[in-house]
Amino acid sequence: MIEVKDLWKSFGENQVLTGIDLHIPRGETLVIMGPSGCGKSVLLRLLTGLMKPDRGQIWFDGLEISTFSKKKLVPIRRRLGMLFQSAALFDFMTVEENVGFTLTQHQGMQNVHSIAKEKLKLVDLHNVEQLKPAEISGGMRKRVGLARAIADDPEVIFYDEPTTGLDPVTGDEINQLMFNLHEKLNVTSVIVTHDMDSAFFVATRMVMLHRGRVIAEGTPEEMKAEENPIVRQFIYSGSRKILDPHLKDTRETIERVES
Amino acid sequence: MPFLISFLEGLGKLTISFLTTLGEATCLTLSAIGLAFQPPYQPKMVLRQSYLIGVTALPIVIFTGIFTGLVVATQGYYQLRVLSAEGTIGGFVSVTIIKELGLVVPAFVMAGRIGASITAELGTMKVTEQIDALEVMAVDPVKYLVVPRLVACTIMLPVLSMFSIAFGLAGGYFVVIKLFNMNGNFFLKNLRAFMYLSSILVSAVKATAFGTSIAIVGCYKGFSVSSADGAEGVGRATTGSAVTAIMIILIIDFFLNHLLYAVLNFK
Repeated sequence: MIEVKDLWKSFGENQVLTGIDLHIPRGETLVIMGPSGCGKSVLLRLLTGLMKPDRGQIWFDGLEISTFSKKKLVPIRRRLGMLFQSAALFDFMTVEENVGFTLTQHQGMQNVHSIAKEKLKLVDLHNVEQLKPAEISGGMRKRVGLARAIADDPEVIFYDEPTTGLDPVTGDEINQLMFNLHEKLNVTSVIVTHDMDSAFFVATRMVMLHRGRVIAEGTPEEMKAEENPIVRQFIYSGSRKILDPHLKDTRETIERVES
Repeated sequence: MPFLISFLEGLGKLTISFLTTLGEATCLTLSAIGLAFQPPYQPKMVLRQSYLIGVTALPIVIFTGIFTGLVVATQGYYQLRVLSAEGTIGGFVSVTIIKELGLVVPAFVMAGRIGASITAELGTMKVTEQIDALEVMAVDPVKYLVVPRLVACTIMLPVLSMFSIAFGLAGGYFVVIKLFNMNGNFFLKNLRAFMYLSSILVSAVKATAFGTSIAIVGCYKGFSVSSADGAEGVGRATTGSAVTAIMIILIIDFFLNHLLYAVLNFK
């Protein structure tokens, strides 16, 4: 569905991506991981058309989109959804208006109440429709962001650091939501993260970036067995659950202790 | 010699930066004007912005209008008395308020109030990725954010200026009648003798240009904040927005005065 060929991007003297090749088939959940500054967020911005590459190609369903103008990108972008790191909710709108935004803009729908309610239910949120983003917690904002991303039934959902800044309980809940949405909606997901627990929970395939290049690629099991010391160091120092497979989800642990 | 080279380098960089800014701002203006006439229209956003820009600013515009009238009439009376021409105070107040201060003072107030607030709002949206979110959702940020503010500012500035002029003239009338004990009818007759419909139309045209420039400067400065700039960048852009808008208002005022009164001979 998405094909990236020899992608390069620099900012002044700083060469961020140095020849990325990726193939993302339909229905896959691809996790792009790597240390801070390795170029994962830049790659995501290139895939969504927020930036233009210096060199290379991005193919979306047979169309080379890296040279598309904003206007030409509209039909492509209508097939995408994105959850931003900060959720990026419009703070002058209610939760319902945020979730229904693409529907009012692109389909001219005036009453989005029932659809917003349905999408919010998919992310386990109830009775928050009339609240403003400032009135809800960080975890709830991420869920609203996710509900907004899926409002127009996208084919691909991009997640930029979906669990960053959240406590472990809420982080686990977001992981579960991403997993459930993938199961229910059968969408293609591209997740940028350095949270290894999140990565191994949701991924069907993973790539690791280092200094602007892909240094490892494979299924979660293949990545666990990867012998590249940089990959091993990154994965094993970042995940509680790989080191201790008996470690349960944080919420499960809390519930068990409380009971 | 090295000093001269570094001076010329600095001058060159400044010129390039100025021309780049001018080019980008012109592109933003043309793009926003073009998009304003393309559906889908945003009547709700335009109404919301018109309320924020126009209705909420009305008390401060009335206040500045009244005090501009009071100051102009007081100062004018004392200066004209030196020439034994205090009888022409009505005309002096009329010309000063209708042609200049009744427009420029509210435009300055709006540059500080609305231009800065537009920059702060859009700058914050940029920092918090809300503008990126619009783009990813295939919504043009210029169409969705700039056009309603541009339309509202362009419509509301002439309206606010008319309020400012009306209250400025009322302020002048009050000073002349109550403080200087002049005949009210004489003042009004003198005021009307210098008040032309063309002057009011020219003032409306000038106020429209001021409104457009306040909105464009506000939006351009807001969009120029990058997500890495953070709160400091938003603050810097906000201050820059008010200062730039005020300078542009003065430049536009000079050129429009010259064009409309000197070249096209409006009264």
